[in-house]
Amino acid sequence: MDAILIQLLNGLDKGAAYALIALGLTLVFGTLGVVNFAHGALFMLGAFCAVTFQKILTISVKVVDPSITFFTAYKEQPYLEIWFGDVGLMIIDYAVPLSILMAIPVMLLIGLAMERGLIRHFYKRTHAEQILVTFGLAIVIQEVVRHFFGANPIPTPAPDIVSSSAAIGTWLGLSDNLVYPWWRLIYLAFSALIITSVFAFLQLTTFGMIVRAGMFDRQMVGFLGINVQRKFTIVFGIAAVVAGLAGVMYAPILPPDYHMGMDFLVLSFVVVVVGGMGSLGGAVAAGFLLGILQSFASMTIVTEFIPGIDQVIIYLVAVIILLTRPRGLMGRKGVMED
Amino acid sequence: MVLEKKRSDLMTMLMFSLVVFSMPIWLDPLGANYPDLLQKFAIFGIFAIGYNILFGLTGYLSFGHAIFLGVGSYTAVWSFKLLSMNVIPAVIFSVVLAGIVAAFVGYVSLRRSGIYFSILTLAFAQMFYNLAYSVLTPITNGETGLQLTLEDPRVIDRLFTAAGEGLPSTELFGLSMSGYSGFYFCAVMLIMAFYISLKIFNSPFGLKLKAIKSNQHRMKYTGYNTRPYLLSAFIISGMFAGLAGALMAVTDPLAGAERMQWTASGEVVLMTILGGVGTLYGPLLGVAIIKYLENIFSAVNEAVLQAFFTFLPNWLQDVMVMLVSPFVGEGWHLTLGLMFMIVVIFLPGGVIEGFQKIKKRFSKNNNLKPEGE
Repeated sequence: MDAILIQLLNGLDKGAAYALIALGLTLVFGTLGVVNFAHGALFMLGAFCAVTFQKILTISVKVVDPSITFFTAYKEQPYLEIWFGDVGLMIIDYAVPLSILMAIPVMLLIGLAMERGLIRHFYKRTHAEQILVTFGLAIVIQEVVRHFFGANPIPTPAPDIVSSSAAIGTWLGLSDNLVYPWWRLIYLAFSALIITSVFAFLQLTTFGMIVRAGMFDRQMVGFLGINVQRKFTIVFGIAAVVAGLAGVMYAPILPPDYHMGMDFLVLSFVVVVVGGMGSLGGAVAAGFLLGILQSFASMTIVTEFIPGIDQVIIYLVAVIILLTRPRGLMGRKGVMED
Repeated sequence: MVLEKKRSDLMTMLMFSLVVFSMPIWLDPLGANYPDLLQKFAIFGIFAIGYNILFGLTGYLSFGHAIFLGVGSYTAVWSFKLLSMNVIPAVIFSVVLAGIVAAFVGYVSLRRSGIYFSILTLAFAQMFYNLAYSVLTPITNGETGLQLTLEDPRVIDRLFTAAGEGLPSTELFGLSMSGYSGFYFCAVMLIMAFYISLKIFNSPFGLKLKAIKSNQHRMKYTGYNTRPYLLSAFIISGMFAGLAGALMAVTDPLAGAERMQWTASGEVVLMTILGGVGTLYGPLLGVAIIKYLENIFSAVNEAVLQAFFTFLPNWLQDVMVMLVSPFVGEGWHLTLGLMFMIVVIFLPGGVIEGFQKIKKRFSKNNNLKPEGE
């Protein structure tokens, strides 16, 4: 029972990351009709926003270390600590959550620049060419990041107060040994918040209504005198922000390195396809579903029964879904059917 | 007419063989004349030619061809371990097994087209890669990679000779497959592969594949079932990849799972696109450009750059070195990515299309006839 609960939480957690990336992917596909292989790179850039922000906060100066008295020793002391004392240290401790503030404008800008600079020229080209050019872009972004941050994963710790584990066993009246890292719970709540706000934005605002109408019949919305293009550019920016935020908050869970984007890209593409291209609900549902499936498949009981299933379950599900239900779980009729 | 066609094919093949075999001579001034690089040219040439038969002719973008490369390598190394160090059985087994795996992957993946096909092949690539690292470790030797050991049975070799000391090297009836002889073996394979590709391009089969690319629906309305043609193209290109994988093992008898990662498939896509997809020579040109530049760019470091820019004033030298250094050495992949993007954006037909455009421009200037005459 405990093991199942833990796996369920693990699955939800993984699924939350998949769902956030897939949400952006499918949003871009549904509105702009572009297959964006650089979306994983946006996730990675988000994680590196956290890294950069942390680095900026901890810009240090060499000062004499008074605790060592035999000789003059030096230590690195962040400016923030010198200027603000304990408040400064607290700000540094909260680097990851605070970097969200930086990540939103940065990712929005990157997204808009990407759409205006490159993607826009590829609306009329074939999907294969879109895949190729964004694949090239992903390589470029990845290599630029490697140039500046190196090839090794950079540990980006969560704030001290949530670095321990939550005693969920005690809360639920189960065994006291049942604990789960706080940060992962926070990540789950955060993803739920982001997903809800994206849906609320699309369902409750006029802008969202136009976007939904545009996804449904782009030409007609254009005839009504609405500049669909501009709205869609903003949608691309939003997708970039969502992917970026997913990356920022994931940094404490998985120390960011330059190729984390590619690793997540393949999975989130599979998620999008399983959910149905261009279906937002499908992407979220499939994200959580596949995340949970993956973590249950990695339980020892299952792997003893079918060895290796944990490695392939997601892809296997994708293959089966694509063959039996080409539209995915919730795909609309007429989307991407040659 | 037919005879003429045959003769021109023969001429093409003769010219091609001449160019390939004389590579050690004419690449010498370019600083690319060493066996390791020459072998790479030939091996990746075969890989790209095969990939082009699928992607170039039918337009099906596969991200799974690294699977067959990996299968080829593993099979070849197993053949070296169990049967004989002779390369002939290794190559044959690899091609056959890669063909079988390709038949399976292709049969499933080709049920969908467009981006769904790409993602299906991507899913298969990841599946094989993950399995090679985990459950299939007894076959693939996991992260260490599959290598020759002293305890290998090598049953056929044992019939003729006793086990020597140290690890044996791959051979073709006594001729060691390292250095230039290895290259010539790969070159012969490359020429055979090119011949098959040439035949396919000019055959009714090739024409049908091209028809699938230009309009599959119309093709179906004409009464053709396109699936068998697509599957044949997929299997053939898979076998080419298997051959390339086997040759990798021939020139260096070890195989690792990283050969099967989907980014390895991405590399062959890059080569094919860069040279000119769907053309006969394009993929080879792409391979030559990428492998040659890779060789040069990765070797350059800051000291070399400093030396290169010595003719400039000191401060300008430093600026130039600072500007160029991210793109060389470790940063070679950045250059590759940029190059690839530029080609896809401006020259979707690759370098070959670029040549044709230049040629057209010049021929237009020469005779100012109105178009359509």
